[in-house]
Amino acid sequence: MADLHFTADTATDAEAAAVDALVGPDDAAVLFETERLVRGGQARRHERRHLLLPVLHALQAEIGWISPGGLNYACDRLQVPPAEGYGVATFYEMFRVDDPGHTESVVHVCVDAACQVADAAGRIAVLEAEGKHVHRSPCLGQCERAPAVFIQGRGEPDTVPADATDVFEHRQTGRDQSQLPLTHWLGVVDPTSLDSYRAHGGYEALAKAIELGAEAVIAAVTESGLSGRGGAAFPTGIKWNGVHDQTGRPKHVVANCDESEPGTFKDRILMENDPFSIIEALTVAGFATGAENGWIYVRGEYPLATSRLEHAIAQARDAGLLGADAAGSGHSFDIELRRGAGAYICGEETALFNSIEGFRGEPRNKPPFPTTHGLFGEPTAINNPETLINVLHIVLHGAAAYRSRGTERSPGTKLYCLSGAVGRPGLYEIEFGATLRSVVEQAGGVQGNLQAILMGGAAGGFVGPDSLDLPLTLEDAREAGTTLGSGVIMVFDDTVDMTPVLVRIAEFFRNESCGQCVPCRVGTVRQHEVMVQLQTNGSLAADRVQLIDDMARAMADASICGLGHTAAGAVQSALKLGIIGGTQ
Amino acid sequence: MFGAGGGTCSYKEIEETDVILLWGSNAREAHPIFFHHLLKGLDNGAQMYCVDPRRTSSSKFADMWLGIGVGTDIALANGIAREIIHAGLTDDDFIAHSTDGYEAFKQSVEPYTPDLVAGITGVPASAIRELAHAYGSADKAQILWTLGITEHHNAVDNVLSLCNLSLLTGHVGRWGSGLVPLRGQNNVQGGGDMGALPDKFPGFQDLTDPGSRAKFEAAYGTFLNPEPGLHLTLMFEAMERDELNAVYVIGENPADSEADIQHARKLLEGLDMLIVQDIFMTRTAEMADVVFPASIAWAETHGTVTSSERRVQRVRPAVTPPGQARHDTDILIALAAALGSELGPKDPAEIWQEVCSLSPVHKGMTWDRLEAEGGLQWPCPDVDHPGSPFLHGWLWEQDLGGRGPAPFSVVEHEGPKEQLTEEFPWRLTTGRALDSYNTGVQSSGYDSPIRSGEALDVNPADAAELGLLDGERVTVTSPRGSVEMSIRIQPDIPRGLTFTTFHFPELVDANVLTNDAWDPRSGTAEFKAAAIRIDKIAVPAGG
Repeated sequence: MADLHFTADTATDAEAAAVDALVGPDDAAVLFETERLVRGGQARRHERRHLLLPVLHALQAEIGWISPGGLNYACDRLQVPPAEGYGVATFYEMFRVDDPGHTESVVHVCVDAACQVADAAGRIAVLEAEGKHVHRSPCLGQCERAPAVFIQGRGEPDTVPADATDVFEHRQTGRDQSQLPLTHWLGVVDPTSLDSYRAHGGYEALAKAIELGAEAVIAAVTESGLSGRGGAAFPTGIKWNGVHDQTGRPKHVVANCDESEPGTFKDRILMENDPFSIIEALTVAGFATGAENGWIYVRGEYPLATSRLEHAIAQARDAGLLGADAAGSGHSFDIELRRGAGAYICGEETALFNSIEGFRGEPRNKPPFPTTHGLFGEPTAINNPETLINVLHIVLHGAAAYRSRGTERSPGTKLYCLSGAVGRPGLYEIEFGATLRSVVEQAGGVQGNLQAILMGGAAGGFVGPDSLDLPLTLEDAREAGTTLGSGVIMVFDDTVDMTPVLVRIAEFFRNESCGQCVPCRVGTVRQHEVMVQLQTNGSLAADRVQLIDDMARAMADASICGLGHTAAGAVQSALKLGIIGGTQ
Repeated sequence: MFGAGGGTCSYKEIEETDVILLWGSNAREAHPIFFHHLLKGLDNGAQMYCVDPRRTSSSKFADMWLGIGVGTDIALANGIAREIIHAGLTDDDFIAHSTDGYEAFKQSVEPYTPDLVAGITGVPASAIRELAHAYGSADKAQILWTLGITEHHNAVDNVLSLCNLSLLTGHVGRWGSGLVPLRGQNNVQGGGDMGALPDKFPGFQDLTDPGSRAKFEAAYGTFLNPEPGLHLTLMFEAMERDELNAVYVIGENPADSEADIQHARKLLEGLDMLIVQDIFMTRTAEMADVVFPASIAWAETHGTVTSSERRVQRVRPAVTPPGQARHDTDILIALAAALGSELGPKDPAEIWQEVCSLSPVHKGMTWDRLEAEGGLQWPCPDVDHPGSPFLHGWLWEQDLGGRGPAPFSVVEHEGPKEQLTEEFPWRLTTGRALDSYNTGVQSSGYDSPIRSGEALDVNPADAAELGLLDGERVTVTSPRGSVEMSIRIQPDIPRGLTFTTFHFPELVDANVLTNDAWDPRSGTAEFKAAAIRIDKIAVPAGG
């Protein structure tokens, strides 16, 4: 791609400087060595394409939008076709390609379920009355402190106002937290200090892993029965072994920190309060799979998590825990952090790869699977922070100790994100097998009369009060026709009108569908239209309910990724429970 | 190459090669279909080096562009050869077994040190080394060229200097490696194959060879003149000497396309008889005594064309020729009949049968096979032969089959005939644009969204030195004449060099400027190197 055609728009000095800070003239895809010698070509272009997302972030942060001139400049530097650059810029919630007409920061207010019920509309009204520029945002991952706010800075860093006063505290009372594998260091270790982390036993797992060797680590992970905590529950040991077995090409391990399932905030709390655990666990993953490249892809709306991780990576690198001979392992391993820019679909692993690579975050067909064709088409193991941190415990204490918690088929503990009408919304680590009732009670119990609980987020489904005795394991949830998903337990009391909640969930999927697969692109729109009809008319004709079911089947059968597979789950379960609409 | 007039590779091979050396060719614009094959090669991981005085749109796809001075190709090629030799990247077994004259060649390139070549060509010595190492150590590598190599007064030496590189490294006669002169039309190759050359019979059989001549004389039952004819450039010289008075032009527009065009037109006007056979009323046709309107080969006739990869393939009529337009062979046969001579069958399949019977390289390509197999690549010596994707595989055989080894050629750098002077201090080179074709006969009648018009490309710093603004009208003068044209300030052209296309002779008669110094061995004029002066057009005082 070389004879690119640009519009006549040129970058301002500020825009050029923002791009040059990341891709200077000497780093550009085309290098003018002399008047008669120019370097370029496919290899230089491919090597730089992954800088597109950071460059777009830089333009957005500096100027408040991505102007045609700025985009031209960025695309020229990286030799990205400008139409593709535009396609990427318009893919993300946090990027604007139209002049906002002001120079101030923008206040994002979450309008998804937990915040919607917690009067996000009232918060927006207040902010707008103050003259703030408000953007109505999909879930910001702060459901425990609804309504959530995130400020996208212009000429100042992005911030979350609630972070300023929020100090992590364990809210489960009467239990000894110190033995829990995932949350024992939260609120105990100083998240900004590698020394503090090591003083509490940090990096012992990596030392043990090096001592055991890669094969033994993978064997322990496999034996532990650990499965992915993002919702799909794929066995982690099998995934790692698949990458371990690939040879002769560069390999990658990726921490999927793009948590964006509405109702989910567990990984954010881990990243903010225990970033070193994620970095240590990712290093163990790199060591075990033989990958030299670690990547952390973190949600754009998580500024504190981002800065804590960046700080932790730098400290680890300074201490020799990352680098050519990471932690004395004889294995080269380093981590690069990438910020997402607001796209639910980028939590899907192959969409995330495309996003890092500088393309639209559209999922890829599988197979081939990431273990053979992942990031940059190379073998890749991708896990979320919760899954990764489990590994530290497994390596240190062995598979048997790990399996002593939980059930036979769901060993270990699970993080739950409690929000909505409960006494103490927040993050809870509880062994698999506890009933839904006991989990809700540990969070202070239902406030008011229980109407319904959203399990697993927008991609999950609603259950009614009769499900409170459901044991929370992967297998029991599946059998009961629901899901633990990413651990969302969002409680609604009987004062909540569920119809607007379902309208919003349907709108969420309509907005977040990437549009590649026709059933999902069209189906999510039809579903939203039906929900709006329900809100307008108060009830639904039988054929409309049938349409929802037909669309759900088409999306499940013919979409390539989980978004389409699950986009109708919440609406279908709500109709079935009777918490929205009766038929006419 | 080495005795056969064709590119050695198939298009498919460039998709699978490792190093592409595109030399004096803006294939992106002049050979856009072939360039798609090349792009597949780049997508498959090939590295590309472009050698061209201009940073062309093709060069923009390259891993490295080397902007050599116009006419310094041989110096660069010899410098690369020397570096390959000094770095030990030669294929010694291949050289010993399949080539001839290596020692003399080795001595001849020894003076071309990287620093000397850098001084001549203007590109850094390190880049010359890098290119030499990339080409020399590649598993598969191709050299492709077009008119940037051949439109020079020493065109043949230019080509030979590139052939030397392939012989040094064994990059010829193997799948993926070879020498590829790209052809400018769908059937340029076919024209040469069929003997449209002054000294060849069909299938590149030599006119001066008595055996060949006897074969054709027997087939046609007539005496054939053993003296080679004249190529185009010699014809114009013969017109000048008044030895050539009647010319029959088929599908060519010399009144617009020749170098030093004013001179060429005067000679055409001075002919006793000019016959033009063409599909358009060209400027040459307008000067003609008789015009034969021809049908369009690719859309209105049955027959064959032969592409740059030596693939003979069928064409079929889609529409009926308009008016009195007739197939070229119809016209020739009718004309011969009127002159009292029977040329033989009219049916394309029968004519093709005649080709197969007389040209050994085409012998196995029956009409039915061309139809059934989607075309065949020569040489195809018998009906069971599958055709030849690449040429000169014999160089790699233990037994060269009675052929002599491929010779190295000692060639020396000369530079363009027309040197820059104080009076004419700027170098002018000419070329083509994507949406236009040669003198515009077939293309300028159509609108194009990417057409930028005829203008003289000038480096921004040169324009500033001359006090010229983008779009300003100037007078451009060479020792042969002057034209008025617009300036286009163009950062992709190095200082001291200017460039124009010649697609719109009605608007800008660019070939008024070009030099008709030519290579006696190829008959090609030095379109690529003229010396010019650029003068501002004086604005009347007070105007």
